[in-house]
Amino acid sequence: MLKARVIPCLDVKDGRVVKGVNFVNLRDAGDPVESAVAYDKAGADELCFLDITASHEDRGILLDVVRRTAEVCFMPLTVGGGVRATDDIRNLLLAGADKASINSAAVADREFVRHAAEKFGSQCVVVAIDAKRVSGAGASARWEIFTHGGRRPTGIDAVAYAREVTALGAGEILLTSMDRDGSKIGFDLELTRAIADAVPIPVIASGGVGNLDHLVDGVKVGHASAVLAASIFHFGEYTIREAKTRMAQAGIPVRMD
Amino acid sequence: MTVAIIDYGSGNLHSAQKAFERAVREAGMNRAVRVTSRPEDVLAAEHVVLPGVGAFADCRRGLDAVPGMVEALTEAVQKQGKPFLGICVGAQLLATRGLEYEVVSGLGWIPGDVAPIKPNDPGLKIPHMGWNTLDVKRPHPVLDAIPTGRDGLHAYFVHSYQIYADNPGDVAATADYGGPVTAIVARANIVGVQFHPEKSQTLGLALIANFLKWRP
Repeated sequence: MLKARVIPCLDVKDGRVVKGVNFVNLRDAGDPVESAVAYDKAGADELCFLDITASHEDRGILLDVVRRTAEVCFMPLTVGGGVRATDDIRNLLLAGADKASINSAAVADREFVRHAAEKFGSQCVVVAIDAKRVSGAGASARWEIFTHGGRRPTGIDAVAYAREVTALGAGEILLTSMDRDGSKIGFDLELTRAIADAVPIPVIASGGVGNLDHLVDGVKVGHASAVLAASIFHFGEYTIREAKTRMAQAGIPVRMD
Repeated sequence: MTVAIIDYGSGNLHSAQKAFERAVREAGMNRAVRVTSRPEDVLAAEHVVLPGVGAFADCRRGLDAVPGMVEALTEAVQKQGKPFLGICVGAQLLATRGLEYEVVSGLGWIPGDVAPIKPNDPGLKIPHMGWNTLDVKRPHPVLDAIPTGRDGLHAYFVHSYQIYADNPGDVAATADYGGPVTAIVARANIVGVQFHPEKSQTLGLALIANFLKWRP
């Protein structure tokens, strides 16, 4: 039986983990490779690197991080941030990433998703959707795509967009609620479910995890295939094992290898 | 004593190479792992690995575009009987034909078609993406000492198409995803795995080590 996935996400800037990973036994909390190894050992199902490096010139640093991670971690690796052209994807895959996550470049040009899927296969094309609730109280729920870290509205309906990128060949959707991101009050479950039920491809829920019940809800209520979290794992509040144990207790199939 | 991982412009070669090197090291073996697009390296190797990521037709074209490679593979695997491992689309290429986007011939070493996965539960997502356990249909040396079944170790899958083997005896293991999905095909010195051993942590490294010890 296929298991629900638990995915820690590391924000990487100039080759360093931004918030640091607060694990015991980690010599350098800012080293993404060392953090990746720790998560590999802890039983994470996949790893996600989000490159928040501002300049394009520093791209080589990220590729080096990916390369060194792939040498020591035998688990799937998704890398996002600054993926704008098929060459960016090719470079990431050659360095050892398994999937590339496309965000604003897909909003700006949907055909990019099609080209990426045709060239590298849908299995490595993740479309990241940053959505914000725009409907007022009492109105039926509606979410829009926002870019630039949630500051810039696009007027694009999130559910319609998810359907569109799926038809163009996306293999997975990484869905982040901009309302919930960093809030620690849980996923936007209504949003997660609206998108997960609208598309035939897997959806990763992201944004807002503050405790382990939020992970359970993401799968059970939100219908997500995978749950992504950052701070609850990085700061040692919970281990991956604790997360999976809680999910298993709630009847969600998880991998305990 | 080398392992040739074939480079034909498809597949996560860096990851595959590192996983093989790790497995070699952990098993205390003395083997060189070579990523290569030279037919003579395939003919000289002791073990041959064909990775593959993407669409069937694209991979087939990529393989054909390497001068002399299909001939070298046929010689090394079909005539000389070297142990061969196909990974993901590299396993699918063993079939007679692929039906993804267009109908394209495979190597035809394991008769069958590569067609979409059709789970009997329409709510299940496609691709079949993530970790799943293996159900053994026929014991095979590459699975030696690897816990399988419901409580067994997990393998990492990511695919929308699967091999439908004409001969059920060619299927060594399946994974359950709304019905059985072909996970391992095997015949004589040939084995193909739909999942990614280079990304499957414990199970993956153990399977690679078993493959390198295999003397079919």
